[in-house]
Parts: sequence; structure tokens; C-alpha cells
Amino acid sequence: MSTTKDWLLDDSPASRLQANLGSSYRMLRTLMRNPLTVIGALILLVLILAAAFAPWIAPYSPLGQDLGARLLPPSAQHWMGTDELGRDIFSRVIYGARITLMIVALVAVISAPLGLLIGAISGYFGGWTDKALMGVTDVFLSMPKLILALAFVAALGPGIENAIIAIAITSWPAYARIARAETLTFRNSEFISAVRLLGGSHFRIITRHVLPLCTSSMIVRVTLDMAGIILTAAGLGFLGLGAQPPLPEWGAMISRGRTFILDQWWVATMPGFAIILVSLGFCFLGDGLRDALDPKQGGKE
Amino acid sequence: MSAIVLKNLDISYGATKVVWDVNLEVAEGESFALVGESGSGKSTVLKAIAGLAPDWTGEISVLGQKRGHGVDRAFATRCQMVFQDPYGSLHPRKTVDTVLSEPLQVHGLGNRGARVKDMLAAVGLDQRFRFRFPHQLSGGQRQRVAIARALMLDPRVMLLDEPTSALDVSVQAEILNLLKRLRREQGLTYLMVTHNLPIVSFMCDRMAVMNKGRIVEIAPATALHDGRFNDPYTQSLYAASGGNPDRKVTT
Repeated sequence: MSTTKDWLLDDSPASRLQANLGSSYRMLRTLMRNPLTVIGALILLVLILAAAFAPWIAPYSPLGQDLGARLLPPSAQHWMGTDELGRDIFSRVIYGARITLMIVALVAVISAPLGLLIGAISGYFGGWTDKALMGVTDVFLSMPKLILALAFVAALGPGIENAIIAIAITSWPAYARIARAETLTFRNSEFISAVRLLGGSHFRIITRHVLPLCTSSMIVRVTLDMAGIILTAAGLGFLGLGAQPPLPEWGAMISRGRTFILDQWWVATMPGFAIILVSLGFCFLGDGLRDALDPKQGGKE
Repeated sequence: MSAIVLKNLDISYGATKVVWDVNLEVAEGESFALVGESGSGKSTVLKAIAGLAPDWTGEISVLGQKRGHGVDRAFATRCQMVFQDPYGSLHPRKTVDTVLSEPLQVHGLGNRGARVKDMLAAVGLDQRFRFRFPHQLSGGQRQRVAIARALMLDPRVMLLDEPTSALDVSVQAEILNLLKRLRREQGLTYLMVTHNLPIVSFMCDRMAVMNKGRIVEIAPATALHDGRFNDPYTQSLYAASGGNPDRKVTT
């Protein structure tokens, strides 16, 4: 064990692989030192496991109705009670993890690279490219996120896929701004000039030199934004424009529970807890990542 | 053939003209210094030759070939530049190996591992530094990496922009000795910007003194020993740097 550790922390790595693994290991260790980050990571791990093993974890079907067991309070049989159609809320929350995870992953996959690329190109070239791209970005930024998403969903039609597209379209401008700001800080730096002098193309400079330096702040920002994405998705679901019944989406579940919120509080509260917990998990992890993803941190012990 | 010829070179940044009418000829194998105070335009001349200050008029030729205004690939194999700040000139997320392999990748050259190893040896870096990140290196080691990167493409002409001013005095000496040795071994031509006159007398054959964007005097480096400068500005610069401490006052 200690030999593996020595190998990873070797000051003079013998290969590219060892150097990269070593820096990843240092980063992981910085992450692990922060208890909140560990909690955040654990919450997300639980979310992923719940999503992956939903059929085995959930005691009931998320869609199966049992009208004889409507609106039962939490008990040993139904841990989180049942909703107005007698569906087990715990099972629905577990299955809902899949939908949440899918929304989060797809939005991140679509909007983060898009924003990153637009921001990096804009910041690197400057001039008219910058003005044009940032103009578009500003137009998107100037509109409230949820309203814009609403407009898109209204145009595309309600449904979970359209909600994802709408959220992705509305969330890239923030990333483009960050990537541009980050790029501006080093576009005139000497290590970029050096690559240009070596004959490197703009494409190479952007993909190999600019983007890697933007990604860490991007990862942090995306992680911190995940909470907002989940809330926007839940908001769309709540307004009936996101996931459609009977899909067990958490926001839609809260929306359904609103009718009974005074007498049967658990119907709306349980998915609400799930949203808070997962949002919190992403926030904790994002904070920890921000500390760990600084390349200069690796050397300090 | 001259390594670098500058004819009637005017350089501007946007609307502001910063260098006027520079005429200069550096012979192949020569080590030439551009000296002057901060803001005198000496680094700008270097940037224009490298292609980083594209806004110029006049003529620049390197090794007999006239150069265009932008950065170009063919030029990269003839002329390279070492920057002032070794902390800013290396990508913070790339290992020494990646930094040194990059020029080879850009120009499609093979046998990268062996070339990187040879170059590390040539600039006096141990092989164990090969996979380190810049933050694991000292300033002097970083500057060695920067010099190695510039030399990867076998250029004939090196532009040095105050290559030691960001380093400690003891490390400065190491880097200067390294540069001197590399020039001797590989027959390089140096055009070096500095404001340190002792470095000029140690490294260079000739020097051009710049003031307010113009060259006021071109003199052999030996003038630093006897103080034979014609221009009044050069004389005051020489006097301000303390003159030659070894020179006996004979008058």
C-alpha cells in the first residue's frame, strides 16, 4: 500500500502515466481532507446507486396504483407514505433519481462544452468575434432562466426531453462568460505566445492550451449550478411543463402534492427533501472541487 | 549572410507608434544586445521580429528571408524566442515532457522521446525532471525548460527577452553560462534584450542602445570596458550603471 502511495507521490515520475496519476491522487487527497466534500460526494454516490439499482431498492412499482391505499402517512410499510393514487412515494423518489440524474447529466453534457467553447473562442480571438459571440450571450443572459426555459418548452411542447433542451439552452451563457473571462486572463501570456511562435495553430492553442485551463473553473461552476438545474427542472415539472405524469419526477410530484399540503404533508415534502439533499450534495462537492482543482495546490502539503 | 536585418523599421501598437526607424544588422553567429531603459522599445523590436507585434512597416529579414507580419510555421524552425518570465512562459498544467514534445508534434517530427531526453541533457536538466509539472520546478529550472523548448526545432537564431532578469543572481549566472555554452556548441545567433550592462559585456559582441523608441548608438561590447561611447545618452546610461568598476581612473 505504502509503495503504491510512494509511487504516486514520487517527485520525479518516470512516465507520463505516473505524472498524471500522481497529480490526480494529490487532487483526490485534497478533496478527501474536506469533510463537507466527502459528504457531498457520498450524497451523489447514493443518488447514482439509487438510480442504478432502482428496481432492486424500490419496494413497489413507481407507477402501480392502489386506490385502496390512498394518501397513507409514512409507516413501516410505506416509508414515505403514499400519494393520491396510492403509489408508494419512496419508490417514486428512488425512480425519480434516474430522471434527476439524466437531466443533470444531459444538461451538463450539452451546455458546459458549448459555453466553454464559445467563451474560449470569444476570449482568445477578441475583436469582432468576441463582440458578436458576447452579444448573443448577453441576449440569452438578459432573460430570466426559468422564463426563457418556459418559453422554449411552450414552443417545443411539454416533456422531459424538451425541458432538458430548454435548460441546456438557457444555461450555457453563464459558462461562456466564465470561460471568456478565464481566457482573457491568459490569452496574452507568454506560454500562449510561445506556442504561437512554435507554429501552433489557433485550433491547437484553443483545444490544447486554453480549454484545459478553463475546465477546472468550469467543473466547479457546473457542479455548483447543478442545484440550480435540478431546481429549474423541478420548477418546470411543478408548472406541468417538464416531466409528464405518470413519470416520477420530483418537481412534478411536489406539484401534485400541493393540493394536499395541509392535511397530507408527506406527499409534497418527501420529494422536496430529495431535491434539497441532492442540491446540497452538489454544492458541497463543488466547493471542495474549487479548492482541489487549483494546480498549485498539488505541491503543498 | 546576415542573421537578422532590420531596415527602416517602425512599430506601433494600435494608433501609438513606439519604435521609429530602426536599422540593424546582426551577423550570423553573432551575439547582439539591445539595451536601454524600460519602455525604450527594445522588447517591442524583439516581438516584431518574432511576429507577436504584427503592426510594423519597413523590412525584417531573418537568415536572408523577408518575414511577413504574422506568426508563421516555417519561420518557427529558423527563429525562436525565450521569454523574460519563466513563471509565465510555461503552461501550468503541462509536464516538462509535454512542453518539449509539443513543437515536435506541431511540425510532425518523430522520435520524440529521444529528442526530449537529449534536449534535457543539453540544457543541463536531469532526466528525473522530465515528467514534472512547472510548479515542481525552481525558477532557474523553468527557464532551462523554456530554453529547451525554444531549441527543440533547431533554430539558428534565438531572440532572448531579458532571459535572466526574473531570476536570482546566482541562478542568473547559471543560465547565462548555459546560453553561452549552447551558442558555442550549436553556432547560434543571439539577439538579446537586457538592461543589465554587465550581462552585455559577458555575453555579447555588439550592442545597440535604444532610447525613446530609437537606436541612438551601435557600439562593440568592448566599449563597456573603456567607456568609448559617442552618444550623450549612452554615456549617461553607462555612467548610471556605474561604468566599469575595473577600469583605472587615469585622468
